[in-house]
Amino acid sequence: MLQIIFIIPVAQLLILAYAVTFEIKNVRFITIDHDRSTHSKKLINKFNGSAFFEYKGNAENYEEAEEMIISDKADQVLVIEPGFGKKLNTERTGSVQVITNAINGNAASLMSAYATSIIADYNREIIIEQNPVNFTGLPIDTKPSFWYNPELDYITYMVPGILVLLVTIIGMFLSGMNLVKEKEIGTIEQINVTPIKKYQFIAGKLIPFWVIANIDLAFGLVIAKLVFNIPIIGSLPLLFFVASIYLVVILSFGLLISTLTNTMQQSMFISWFFLVIFILMSGLFTPIESMPQWAQMIDTINPVAYFIKINRMIMLKGSGFMDFQREFWILIVYAIGMFIFSTMRYRKTA
Amino acid sequence: MSVNINIRNITKSFGEIQALNNVSLDIDQGELFGFIGPDGSGKTSLFRILTSLLLPDTGTVSVDGLDVVKDFKKIRNITGYMPGRFSLYADLSVEENLNFYASIFNTSVKENYDLIKDIYSHIEPFKKRKVHALSGGMKQKLALSCALVHKPSLLILDEPTTGVDAVSRMEFWELLKKMQKINITILVSTPYMDEASLCDRVALMQNGNLLAVNTPQQIIKQYKQQIFAVKTDNMHPLVADLERMNKEALVYRFGESIHVSSNAYDLELFESELKTNLSKLNHKDIRINKISPLIEDCFLALMDKNVVE
Repeated sequence: MLQIIFIIPVAQLLILAYAVTFEIKNVRFITIDHDRSTHSKKLINKFNGSAFFEYKGNAENYEEAEEMIISDKADQVLVIEPGFGKKLNTERTGSVQVITNAINGNAASLMSAYATSIIADYNREIIIEQNPVNFTGLPIDTKPSFWYNPELDYITYMVPGILVLLVTIIGMFLSGMNLVKEKEIGTIEQINVTPIKKYQFIAGKLIPFWVIANIDLAFGLVIAKLVFNIPIIGSLPLLFFVASIYLVVILSFGLLISTLTNTMQQSMFISWFFLVIFILMSGLFTPIESMPQWAQMIDTINPVAYFIKINRMIMLKGSGFMDFQREFWILIVYAIGMFIFSTMRYRKTA
Repeated sequence: MSVNINIRNITKSFGEIQALNNVSLDIDQGELFGFIGPDGSGKTSLFRILTSLLLPDTGTVSVDGLDVVKDFKKIRNITGYMPGRFSLYADLSVEENLNFYASIFNTSVKENYDLIKDIYSHIEPFKKRKVHALSGGMKQKLALSCALVHKPSLLILDEPTTGVDAVSRMEFWELLKKMQKINITILVSTPYMDEASLCDRVALMQNGNLLAVNTPQQIIKQYKQQIFAVKTDNMHPLVADLERMNKEALVYRFGESIHVSSNAYDLELFESELKTNLSKLNHKDIRINKISPLIEDCFLALMDKNVVE
């Protein structure tokens, strides 16, 4: 069991950090080139030269292109109308069509954005080419600068969140299964006839898992640093301090489920119910700010969301205690409340 | 040191099932008191109420003047309970379990070693062993040690000998007798009727009712019928044959023979009729003995009467 407790989080971290990414590479891209001019060739070459696109050839017509999308051999089609090159030379305008397979909406908008930026790039080149003397640049020059994650590395963003995820899963399941297991095998009967106090019993259940989860977190941080080279800018003691409070919330939550259920199966289902909601709404994958209002309301009682936010702030931005005060006090109240609640729900009589 | 128990009109039901039906009983200080009855007769429910694990629907129970509902905290300090299901931590060693339960009761094994010495010495050679690797008999002895380690004045044992071999069972009862001498009130439940004769007093339970409460000797004395032990060469159809012949009598298998209990006026006549009727049904080598009743016979008769009524 002890090996499992430590191997699973490591495996989770290694797999998820690499797998969960929104970057799209190797977009399979085909063309319907009705023009076949030097201009159209140049545009296609620009796509071809991009690391994101993988050119899969030219289709003769829409039917052939659609067939390739349906059979999942292509993701995106660039349609160039006849006379595109000629029009560019004479009228100085031209139009192309970009068709994207939008089954996965997220991926589609990214693919579309990539394609648009390549076409915009090509636009610039044409302007310079056609008007080399007078071109002085576009009126507003944008120079984006990405703070805290300059290379826009997705792993840097994900790993602090995944660390939270793994201590949450470990904590919730260990505590959620434990008390109910004692009910199933009957050992609780012998404990219940003793004069042990309720809070002593619940605390006795909580502390070992609290230690294990903290060790797991330390383990995960070492891997984050050594394997993924994630910057840990903020204070580690502060991070563990917040984690300790957060773990009381999660472990008490698990123990509460355990006191309310009679079999491990029931406990498992309820733990999963809350875990899935908490995790998917935690802002790990999708920003909380882009969720509908009601979902953001629900997130005010989502402890996972608070800790992911704080963890990212400490690890990536080096935020101090004053920067996440509000979230911290909410976690404190939550921890005290959940501990009292689970203690109250634990019954020494049937 | 030891305590007396007063049970008054206890009723408990689980949904449709009436687990205890208006049970009243007094148990004296220092008694070794047995509860005998088949599975589902309400023994465990009664014990769970006595140990304050279960609340009765109606009625009151007081242990040494303490109410089990109001003063449950005090009662838990003076009670040692051994549940029917083995309830110690299987992943801890023998020693660890004992120390754990001692410390929950704010005491130590050392302090009460005299009390558990007789039992614990049997398993002490295995004290480093994990509990899941112990035999059934050893597990029972450990559970008893853990129930005794805080020097309780009331010991409640729920079917301690179920699933334990015959030799260990006898040993276990000897230990209980010894403990009784150091002034502990002991309540034991068991489905084995033969163990009843080892108690000071017994209560026979069935379907949540107390059928009889008395000393084993008195229960046997009150039995008015004559028992015939019947054996023939063809035992297989014998029960059915005897039942057909004796509509009034109670017929049941008992060890190697069949017992027929009769309240016939003329027992000699009954016996000879039995013999002739059996030979008519092709039974040979018929042996019929008059025997004096054992406590099991009394219980079976009482339970049969309860069902008929």
